[in-house]
Amino acid sequence: MIELRTSPHVKGTLSLPQIMRHVVYALLPICAFAVYQFGLSALALLIVVTLSCVLTELLFNRLASKNTTIHDNSAYITGILLALTLPPGFPLWMGAVAGFVAIALGKSLFGGIGFNPFNPALMGRAFVQAAFPVAITSWTPAAMNDRFSQFIPSSLSFPFALPSVNDAISEATPLALHKFEATTTSFNHLFFGFSSGSLGETSSLLIMLCGAYLILRGMMGWRIPAAILLSSAVLSGLFYLVDNSQYPSPIFMLTSGGLMLGALFMATDPVSAPVTLKGMWVFGFLIGILTIIIRLFGGLPEGIMYAILLANASVPLIEAVTQPRKFGWLSNRDEK
Amino acid sequence: MAFLDIFKYKTFEHGIHLKDSKDRTCDQAIRRLPFSPILIVPLSQHFGKPAKSIVRKGQEVVRGEVIAQSDGFMSVPIHAPASGKIKEIELFPTARGPKTESIVIETWAGASQRLGQTEANNISQMSREELIQAVQNTGMVGLGGAGFPTHVKLSVPEGYSIDTLVVNGCECEPYLTTDHRLMLEHPQELLQGINMLMKTLGAKQAIIGIEDNKMDAINAIKNQLSGFESIHVKVVKTHYPQGSEKLLIKVLLGREVPSGGFPYQVGVVVQNIATLRQLGVLLPNNQGLIERVITVTGPGVKKPGNYLVPLGTPIRFLLDYVGFSGTANHLILGGPMMGSTVSSLDVPITKPVSGLLVFNEQSVEKETGEIYPCIKCARCVEACPMFLNPSMLGQLAAKREYESMQEDYNLMDCFECGCCSYVCPSNIPLVQYFRISKSVMRERAVSQ
Repeated sequence: MIELRTSPHVKGTLSLPQIMRHVVYALLPICAFAVYQFGLSALALLIVVTLSCVLTELLFNRLASKNTTIHDNSAYITGILLALTLPPGFPLWMGAVAGFVAIALGKSLFGGIGFNPFNPALMGRAFVQAAFPVAITSWTPAAMNDRFSQFIPSSLSFPFALPSVNDAISEATPLALHKFEATTTSFNHLFFGFSSGSLGETSSLLIMLCGAYLILRGMMGWRIPAAILLSSAVLSGLFYLVDNSQYPSPIFMLTSGGLMLGALFMATDPVSAPVTLKGMWVFGFLIGILTIIIRLFGGLPEGIMYAILLANASVPLIEAVTQPRKFGWLSNRDEK
Repeated sequence: MAFLDIFKYKTFEHGIHLKDSKDRTCDQAIRRLPFSPILIVPLSQHFGKPAKSIVRKGQEVVRGEVIAQSDGFMSVPIHAPASGKIKEIELFPTARGPKTESIVIETWAGASQRLGQTEANNISQMSREELIQAVQNTGMVGLGGAGFPTHVKLSVPEGYSIDTLVVNGCECEPYLTTDHRLMLEHPQELLQGINMLMKTLGAKQAIIGIEDNKMDAINAIKNQLSGFESIHVKVVKTHYPQGSEKLLIKVLLGREVPSGGFPYQVGVVVQNIATLRQLGVLLPNNQGLIERVITVTGPGVKKPGNYLVPLGTPIRFLLDYVGFSGTANHLILGGPMMGSTVSSLDVPITKPVSGLLVFNEQSVEKETGEIYPCIKCARCVEACPMFLNPSMLGQLAAKREYESMQEDYNLMDCFECGCCSYVCPSNIPLVQYFRISKSVMRERAVSQ
């Protein structure tokens, strides 16, 4: 039996589920480190949020009478990334809500993978930031002694009851410390990750290594992270040069908060980023600049989330003005 | 050394790197295929008007004799690939799909198959017009795959002059090794052909562009270069689709052919190796094109190699000769990136066919996969050698917004090289979308 097909008859080996699977692999070391630092609560939060994302995706597949799309592995990424942006003592039920919102409002309502204008994980995070402002800003110190034997009390708080915030074990993040108390955390703490913060925003070294793995394997573009890191370093560097008593150093800016995780794993979500190569640079620069402006002049200590969401919103405009140059439009037209 | 080569040779921007899969045939010398008892010779083997048959059923023909005349300027004559009797003139399936009128020749078993007598051309005495006419008489078309009549390419419109003949020795499609073997085995004939065409065009120089995975061919030509001062060999880095005219001109000369335009607009004519070498043989002797070298290979072939095949040989005969294993169910004429599958084993080898690839079930299965939505990963944008935006084009095609594809996103610049489909992790059949969109737009242009 002869089969008729259209060219090309050979195909590259990289497939969508494979890329997504490798992103999950790249996130696992970051998860492991988060669990090492924050113990049981972190582990439970990771599991609950990811499970919530996967179940929500299944639910919406069912509602839309579509075949299940779990095997493209993207719901796992959303779940893990979302959990990594949450504080370790974040109540688990709120984590489940965040996961539901991320997939439902961030992805499924737009038509599933490929159609979401915003990064789903950040949609979920933005929702809980607005809905549960206290819980999302209650940080616990890293590497507490009893972290593997008991949960952080707020983790297990009952749904719809106000979480019991235990002031005794809460600690401000490096960015908040700098913004509100003018204390700078040391580079070593930030780089190797022994400061308080969200699950996945503590060791910028580890995040860089995991991102580098994906870039070297050809699973992730390098332009967007490069543009974000470059622009935020340059802009914060300028402020630092102007007044180094008021503004933090660029190194502090790059290694603190969620900037590294955002630059390497959030902004690089291909669906909500521009498809044009020049557009990727514009997109990255926009995120870098917005982040620094929000951090330095906004009411919040951290700005990467809103910077990425705002840049997501401007993607259609960025793409419209950065279409690739047409081949055959050089000045030598009709040269004889 | 090999490491440094990466930096030494130039290539074009974008495009993709493919596994070349040429090892099985690149060391196989060209061998002649026996004559098939039946030859099916379509009247349309080229781009343009079909030739007009001048033979009738039952007539006896001698190998090399004209059996169909060219119908105007955009057409070429067809010569008898073997001595024999005309069995019938009927509709037969062809590589392009629709059935076309074909002359069927019953070859004489045991005949010597000597070529009919022809009067030799005196190349050095001929004017340009006479040379172009002589090229048309050979029935030569682009043997690289396009099938565009060679004499039409040589007839440069008034107001343009050609300074460079670019010789396409890239053979960038995986599996194919015909040009490679021809360069190795017949460099002298190739150089003769180049010389004759330079004279026809009035070109000052010729540049042979060869990819760096064919170093033996490069050396074979370089060894023969004395006496051909205006012919240069340039090594380029192996990259797909470098064999595309516009890209090769860009790599070798840095000139960009205007969008929708032709190479002569930048003073260049491009011809491929097989075409030039064949002209080097045919033109002085005033003979016609009756056979060509094709690569027969692929996972389903037992005796892969480069075969000199009489035009009109049915695929069935060729496959029986080389032997195929298992369920060979995926037959491709041409290369794996741009070739087309055939619908019937009666399809004959025609002038533009450069290879026959036989893939079996296992190798086919790997290529297919579930189609996912576009995740805008931009791999296609990074691969498109024409700097198009296949991601956007694909989404527009799905919505049938063909006008926008053509006007805002330069759909017509796409030459269907297949890079975007190849790299797409979502398995979206982008090239197929664009092919449909282009034909819809062409039909609309005609009907308006």
